[in-house]
Amino acid sequence: MNNLVEKMLQGDRRSAAKLITLIENDAPEKRDVLKQIYPHTGRAHVVGITGSPGAGKSSLVDELTREIRGEDLKVGVIAVDPTSPFSGGALLGDRIRMQEHATDRGVFIRSMGTRGSLGGLAEATRDAIRVLDAFGCDVILVETVGVGQSELDIMHHADTTLVVLTPQAGDHIQTIKAGIMEIADIFVINKADLEGTRKMVTDIEAMLDLSPLVNGWRPPVVTTIAIDHRGIPELWATIKKHRAWRKGNKGETNRERVRRELTEIIQRQLAHLISRNLDRHYEHLVEKVAARQLDPYSAAMDIIRQSWKGGLTQ
Amino acid sequence: MARKIRVLVAKPGLDGHDRGARVIARALRDAGMEVIYTGLHQTPEQIVEAAIQEDVDVVGLSILSGAHMTLIPRVTQLLRENGADDIIVIGGGTIPEDDIRALKEGGWVKELFTPGTPLEAIAEWIQSNVKV
Repeated sequence: MNNLVEKMLQGDRRSAAKLITLIENDAPEKRDVLKQIYPHTGRAHVVGITGSPGAGKSSLVDELTREIRGEDLKVGVIAVDPTSPFSGGALLGDRIRMQEHATDRGVFIRSMGTRGSLGGLAEATRDAIRVLDAFGCDVILVETVGVGQSELDIMHHADTTLVVLTPQAGDHIQTIKAGIMEIADIFVINKADLEGTRKMVTDIEAMLDLSPLVNGWRPPVVTTIAIDHRGIPELWATIKKHRAWRKGNKGETNRERVRRELTEIIQRQLAHLISRNLDRHYEHLVEKVAARQLDPYSAAMDIIRQSWKGGLTQ
Repeated sequence: MARKIRVLVAKPGLDGHDRGARVIARALRDAGMEVIYTGLHQTPEQIVEAAIQEDVDVVGLSILSGAHMTLIPRVTQLLRENGADDIIVIGGGTIPEDDIRALKEGGWVKELFTPGTPLEAIAEWIQSNVKV
């Protein structure tokens, strides 16, 4: 395992891929791996690409990759597709649009299934980003599953979030003012050769007129025709502008993210310990609540009080 | 979280018939695997690179063009050159029996499935041949 980290840091593709698998499978070595790679992370610019199914996210990622490679920067791509809640399997097809980059040694593409996560990403996405960051990718493009309105996890992991819309979304935009429309750092209207593009731009600008600015950044609206590479240079320039702007405001966001991640990890560990303890030590309280001799809130407080003293510490 | 079997389903070469590949991809998904589908007209180099980056357990090649005697050995050869010959190579398509024997005996492919093979049989073969 140590070997994998070392080889990955030296640029070995297979080791990077195997580390991501370890993380995805929540293998016992995961904690150690992250401990070792963490000091090597924090350098890449993470761009999130989200939007409804069929908006053209994969094609945009493909064309953005081409554009960024023109500057000789190393690109990582993480493309997330849904896992079936029934079989646990997944059909990961985002690569179809990106295969031209497969043999480019400056590009590393990894597909992930959501494996039960509901926020538009997989639980392992954050740490997979870290592997690619340590691997030396300058820019990491993270494509979410095709989202509806409230799969917003990407906003917590990306430095720049692109929300991709198409002109046909039309009046639909009225209905999605909240949620996904609020997380965009940049709006992308893709398939801009279709009718309705102008109206879409106007609608979004009108919406933005009414939105308060966050630290002075007003999300630009960029129009693209991804499959013809039209608007892609402008989009990349806009991403760079946002990256420069963000540098000035990075500190607080980063601390917020660390707080959020720590909370998540602690919650996960505690949830695990609590459920184990419930089975082992608190069966009598379960019985009491079931027999209506005690209410669940009092029982829960009892358990917390007793556990916090030591039962939960290991 | 349990380990999941990851399979790359790829169509090397120039034939444009990917219906079979898509049906297989779907069947393997329904058997609980993560299937990466890369689309039509892939070169062996693209397939091998995708297999490495996606860290798959199995590469499934669908070939209906008749070029299996060239394409399958090439993929296996490239996997070896990249130190990735632990990835199992299987294939499917209209492949004559003599060629099947030659490819298997030459160590170029672990198993070949011809038209008419039940989908479950392929999923079961993968499940019993991948070390979990």
